[in-house]
Amino acid sequence: MSSFNAQSVLLVAAILFVLGLIGVLTRKNIIFILISIEIMLNAAGLAFVAAGSKWGQPDGQIMFLFILAMAASEISVALALVMQAHHQHKTLDVAKLTELKDEIEHAEM
Amino acid sequence: MSILFYISSAVAIAATIMVITRYHPIHALLYLVVSFLAIAMIFLSLGAPFVAVLEIILYAGAIVVLLIFVVMMLNLGKDTAMQEKLWLDPKTWIGPSILAVVLLAELVALLVKGTTNADIQVPVIEVKKISISLYREYIIAVELAGFLLMAGIVGAAHIGKHKQRYLHRFLQNSDGTINAEEMKTEKKEELINK
Repeated sequence: MSSFNAQSVLLVAAILFVLGLIGVLTRKNIIFILISIEIMLNAAGLAFVAAGSKWGQPDGQIMFLFILAMAASEISVALALVMQAHHQHKTLDVAKLTELKDEIEHAEM
Repeated sequence: MSILFYISSAVAIAATIMVITRYHPIHALLYLVVSFLAIAMIFLSLGAPFVAVLEIILYAGAIVVLLIFVVMMLNLGKDTAMQEKLWLDPKTWIGPSILAVVLLAELVALLVKGTTNADIQVPVIEVKKISISLYREYIIAVELAGFLLMAGIVGAAHIGKHKQRYLHRFLQNSDGTINAEEMKTEKKEELINK
């Protein structure tokens, strides 16, 4: 029915997802990690929309709406956490934000 | 599948690569906006105009602006002026501008030729169908999304608040000051942090 090649759209979504994953794994700054998570969520939404328009159904776009709501609430809470972390620790480096690490383990090592 | 899809995909991937390799958050966010615009173009070529509009309004509008505000609030240091000078450097804005101009050329091409369904070869799923499906079959999920957004708002407002140091009433003296022992541990924490 539809004449488009779903494979290429899924390929683009996969490339964007992997780029976001690389960003999450390699960056140290917490803001860059959040940006990369947004890229990954967006790529997942792209895959949903591609699947939805492959079958000509609105369900893929509805899933994208839910991903959008989830991304919006996630980014607002995460940015509040970033501001608290910057306020209390004066750094955004995730390697330095180790307050939750167990002290006993530290002493044994 | 039209040629516009391939151009937009190339722009999206290039912009995303630039996002994850920038050092300065603002530069990354500039590229991120271009990436979202390109993905909106992909959605349009997939026959999903409603989602394309939402992508621009919510992702490129709201979420990126939120990130920019936080970056702006956190960078109020002595090097703000230096960044301001760097901001005017053409090297900063030439990349996003070129990618955005490519998208603009696509838009102009669409407008000049006139959008017919021959360009967008995919059958368009219109908003009416989406909204009927959203409020009929997915009504539970819509309500759950409402819960999620409510929790997000409350959580963000609670976490983001600069609160006074709060102690349980057993740890406070009667006048609300902190115990001497508590003060000692607090000082120790400060020393560790230093």
